[in-house]
Amino acid sequence: MTVDASRGADAPPELVQLLTPEGELVEHPDYEFDLTAEDVKSLYRDLVLVRRVDLEAVALQRQGELGIWASLLGQEAAQIGSGRALTEQDMAFPTYREHGVAWCRGVDPVKLLGLFRGVNHGGWDPAEHNFHLYTIVIGSQTLHATGYAMGIQRDGAEAATIVYFGDGATSQGDVNESFIWASVFNAPVVFFCQNNQWAISEPLEKQSRIPLYRRASGFGFPGVRVDGNDVFACLAVTKKALQAAREGQGPTLIEAFTYRMGAHTTSDDPTRYRLETELEAWKLKDPIERVKAYLFKNELADQEFFDRIEAEAAELGKSVRTRCLEMPDPDPMEMFEHVYAHPHVLLAEERAQFADYLAGFEEEVA
Amino acid sequence: MTQLTLARAINAGLRRAMEEDPKVLVMGEDVGKLGGVFRVTDGLQKDFGEDRVIDTPLAESGIVGTAIGLALRGFRPVCEIQFDGFVFPAADQIITQLAKMPMRSLGAIRLPIVVRIPCGGGIGAVEHHSESPEAYFTHTAGLRVVACANPVDAYTMLQQAIRSDDPVIFFEPKRRYWEKAEVDLEMDLAAAMPFDRASVVRQGSDVTLLAYGPMVKTALEAAVAAEEDGRSVEVIDLRTLSPLDTATIFDSVRKTGRCVVAHEAPVYSGLGGEIAARVTEACFYHLEAPVLRVGGFSTPYPPSRLEEHYLPDLDRVLDAVDRTFAY
Ligand SMILES: Cc1ncc(C[n+]2csc(CCOP(=O)(O)OP(=O)(O)O)c2C)c(N)n1
Ligand SMILES: [Mg+2]
Repeated sequence: MTVDASRGADAPPELVQLLTPEGELVEHPDYEFDLTAEDVKSLYRDLVLVRRVDLEAVALQRQGELGIWASLLGQEAAQIGSGRALTEQDMAFPTYREHGVAWCRGVDPVKLLGLFRGVNHGGWDPAEHNFHLYTIVIGSQTLHATGYAMGIQRDGAEAATIVYFGDGATSQGDVNESFIWASVFNAPVVFFCQNNQWAISEPLEKQSRIPLYRRASGFGFPGVRVDGNDVFACLAVTKKALQAAREGQGPTLIEAFTYRMGAHTTSDDPTRYRLETELEAWKLKDPIERVKAYLFKNELADQEFFDRIEAEAAELGKSVRTRCLEMPDPDPMEMFEHVYAHPHVLLAEERAQFADYLAGFEEEVA
Repeated sequence: MTQLTLARAINAGLRRAMEEDPKVLVMGEDVGKLGGVFRVTDGLQKDFGEDRVIDTPLAESGIVGTAIGLALRGFRPVCEIQFDGFVFPAADQIITQLAKMPMRSLGAIRLPIVVRIPCGGGIGAVEHHSESPEAYFTHTAGLRVVACANPVDAYTMLQQAIRSDDPVIFFEPKRRYWEKAEVDLEMDLAAAMPFDRASVVRQGSDVTLLAYGPMVKTALEAAVAAEEDGRSVEVIDLRTLSPLDTATIFDSVRKTGRCVVAHEAPVYSGLGGEIAARVTEACFYHLEAPVLRVGGFSTPYPPSRLEEHYLPDLDRVLDAVDRTFAY
């Protein structure tokens, strides 16, 4: 069964779902549920922890410690499900909202805060965790992921690339070009589109007349729509697409049908363009609650387990906060670092002049 | 007279242009219900409808490319690019098509398109939200490039840009969006200063300080501070970046004998270089010192916690003013 009637009359028909919002397993002809109790508990833990990190970041922004934050609230299952499908050799290319995927790749959440706090523009080495830098320019990274996948292909490596983007991004030329390149070169790349229904204030209808996953067929590769709030389905669908890519079967477009439960960013005011009732409806499909319900109903976890995860989340939130506050402001001279690989006379000259200029103030004070 | 912020003044300018000419359209990302991320287009869709205030798909090349098509059909589109750093996907359409098509048609085609771009830093934003890309466009023949610095100019220059039959890249100083001034909404546009003219915003006799967009306010503050040191600074708001109003600039420099250009964009290959060369050529025998430039460094725009060091501030402008007296 692909469709779950509980999703309501307006539910998209072709949705892959393995776990209903009520926490019931459903069968699917193409995707198997093969997780142990331990697997599920560990997914649950990830979901809860990334939501906690996100919450803390929002609070830090409110208190002026971050300039802005793009919340992943509501998209935890799409990110944890797809993120956990990756092997260590696979490479991920995120937007600016993939905090959950970063978590799965082993990136310290505090590392993500640097960009939002304004102390750096990313500042991690993508090769360390096979997790590329956040990309703010909408859609650009889809081409990078495709090129990276072409590299994997030429290396004969047993790996794939996954690239994240939003529903709005599907309108960009770069994204459409990446579909073409991936298709023509049969590149091992999975296009993971989180359709959270909104691109800032613009609903999906402003970007597409057809369900996004169906775009893939025109480019010549498979497209799948998965319940983006179902971590089991996201994991299963992404695993299969990545495996196909690794085995030389080329790209897949996955549309994770989900919802941006928060504002676009902390600078946004969604009351100007969308109804509160929409949010209420999606709250019933919460990605975390259904896993909790599943664990409870099947007596796979007791209250002690949930309490323990809560405590761990609280601890993580505290640690993220403390370490965010400890993040030093960069030294002004750092501006001139890392711009080029080789010495650069113009930059060297400007650096020296600026150092002199700053020193002038110290002399004045002295 | 009405007290308006710069953002509201642009809103009022758009509104008046749309009332006066049914062919004027507004198009861009989130310009409808949201009213744009800076609320510049607030309320316009409600009053003029979705056919005239268009929430576009998320594609800047598409915004400018379809605006060209609309213009070919007789419309006057005003495109909003959400932030400076996002004009680049549209750069192809702007540079290869918008700028050149009229000339290729031997003048048969006119493309009265305005591309509005909030520009510059100082708002503590993440990367691509604080850039000053004007030189890419001043380097492109076929475009007019202007920058407003205050609510009155925002109101008048935008309407003049919309009335212009040439494509206009219209820069708005985003960190000044909330600055207020009295604006006469009934003003006769024909009587207002044309948008291809610079304006002397403070008279002075010792040194000419040229600025535009967000730096005009800084330049005026620097002039006040310099006065305390006994230096009389003449401040010119360039307003038009392509073409430059060189007559106004040269008149001033011939009077003062000194010239400093300040902009947020990197000094290297920036507009200041062009101005310095022209002033040197035209005013050589009047100059007491070389033309000096103050601006951004040859680094990507830094993370926001460092932007105060990157952006030319009062001290760096004054430092340059002082240095013109050291020759
Ligand atoms: C090229 C470009 N244009 C505009 C923007 C401004 N912008 C930032 S996020 C966004 C909406 C993105 O929507 P979507 O792709 O659905 O991703 P979501 O934010 O919903 O995750 C826009 C227009 C940008 N970052 N890059
Ligand atoms: Mg979206």
